[in-house]
Amino acid sequence: MSSGSIDLLQTGDSMMESARKDGCPGCGAVVSEEELARTHEVCPRCNHHYPMGAQERIELIVDAGTFAEYDAELESVNLLNFPQYEEKLTKDKRLTGLKEAAVTGEGLIGGYPTTIGITDYRFRMGTMASVVGEKITRCIERAIEKKLPAVIFSSSGGGARMQEGMVSLMQMAKTSAACMKLRKAGLLYVNVLSLQSFAGVMASFAGLGDIIIAEPGTLIGFTGARGRSSIKQELPEGFQTAEFMIERGMIDMIVQRKDLKAVLADLLDFFS
Amino acid sequence: MDKSGLEFEKPILEFEKRIAELEELSSSLHTDLSAEIEALEKRLLKEKKTVYSRVTPWQKVLMQRERPRPRSSDYIDALMRDKVELFGDRIYGDDPALIGGLAKFRGHNVVFLGQEKGRDTKERLARNFGYMHPEGYRKALRLMKLAERFSKPVITFVDTPAAHPGVEAEERGQALAIGENLAEMSALEVPIISIVIGQGGSGGALGIGVADRIIMLEHAIYCVCPPETCSQILWRDGMTPAKAAEALRLTATELLELGIIDEIIEEPLGGTDKDPKLAIYRVGRALKRNLDILTAIDVDELLETRYRKYRSIGQIMDTE
Repeated sequence: MSSGSIDLLQTGDSMMESARKDGCPGCGAVVSEEELARTHEVCPRCNHHYPMGAQERIELIVDAGTFAEYDAELESVNLLNFPQYEEKLTKDKRLTGLKEAAVTGEGLIGGYPTTIGITDYRFRMGTMASVVGEKITRCIERAIEKKLPAVIFSSSGGGARMQEGMVSLMQMAKTSAACMKLRKAGLLYVNVLSLQSFAGVMASFAGLGDIIIAEPGTLIGFTGARGRSSIKQELPEGFQTAEFMIERGMIDMIVQRKDLKAVLADLLDFFS
Repeated sequence: MDKSGLEFEKPILEFEKRIAELEELSSSLHTDLSAEIEALEKRLLKEKKTVYSRVTPWQKVLMQRERPRPRSSDYIDALMRDKVELFGDRIYGDDPALIGGLAKFRGHNVVFLGQEKGRDTKERLARNFGYMHPEGYRKALRLMKLAERFSKPVITFVDTPAAHPGVEAEERGQALAIGENLAEMSALEVPIISIVIGQGGSGGALGIGVADRIIMLEHAIYCVCPPETCSQILWRDGMTPAKAAEALRLTATELLELGIIDEIIEEPLGGTDKDPKLAIYRVGRALKRNLDILTAIDVDELLETRYRKYRSIGQIMDTE
């Protein structure tokens, strides 16, 4: 868990708001809403990449009118009777218009058919629980059935969702097992990390891609600031950013949001 | 009673103190108090049974942290013969928090892996308290792939607070190393048995814990995150660490009910540290039984069953 990313969650949409009023967190420039919409939520002055929700991501990446959603009706249940879980789910549903933190489906990217999965940072920080695990697994299983590649986007700041306890943790094993089947089936698997990708999500389906791409400034790792708080250690500059991780050989490339669709289409073309 | 007694064990401590006093009295006065002592010992046993059958989830957490429970190496040394320990991940280094190697175990040649916390301060420091680095997960994978090539079953002993949370672990790809193990273990073409002997700390435990059979000791815990982390995040909901330990469902009994684990091994009264020999004996018996069953299963069936086992975990609501 990263308290850094928790802050992002809590201020997710309000961060956009304040950027419009008080200026970009990267450079302080006040950017109009119209301009941000045109640049897909990237600051035109300093290239700061704002967080992006699942719906906007589909609009950015998938060819218009080609997205067919899978399993849109799946919702979480409070299987452990965890205190306040229903209330939190209800709140996030209202906030995002989503039923859970993952949206999956299939569509065309630059004309190439692929299955697609996206985790949305606004819904329980994009954490994985039963529904996210099930949707990602089904998405990958459909890729295998239909002999399609899979492209999965992660903006998950948390890993396994606490409120579903060990059932959440085991979704790591479940989704990883599906990824392994995809790998053995000889199908392409691409991960795109955006904003943040940590813990149980990064240590399972978001880190098992044949190709791992990150948007600039994305925070990537296993343990976030909260988990690290017990050990006092000085952090190197740019710690856990995409730029830091690519230098250490942990990801394949950093791609600007504006170029992302073209890069994905090129990859899908190469492996088709 | 040793000083590792926890708050909830005070009634037991009282009884033991009184018995000791009587014994001393008996010898100093040269009086036969054996009847009184025997009566007290009966009550002590009854008290112990009551206290240890009511251990709360939070007390189990404390037991794992504060008790001198047998470590992975105790089980491995006692149960396995002709042990050859192997070192290193062939990439970066060796991780002393994970021991691994080859051994003979009751008619089976096995590859063993164990998270090792160490016993005294010096050993604990050397073992990094059982917190593994990426090289540990990669060493584990290297040995598991070796097991696969030569069709040897794998036994993993889980006992870790968590994966190491430090800077170096992140720089060397902790998340990627764990994820790769989950994927590879899900399809490893030999039987895998994982036994949680103490602390199953989240993804750090799961990184060597994907298996055909997951066994837990009675008082062991297996948890998505430390109760303190949970209570820290949810403090507004009045979530104390003790409440979090309950809410998270981290005990063996609850995890068996949830279908996460397959079997529980009963511990000696009061915990494995009260009678390590008995604990080791029971672990050996369970391992042998499961190993005999799993090694008789055809590999394709084994892998299909393993996939379905994980595939079926989770509860969802389909509102369509």
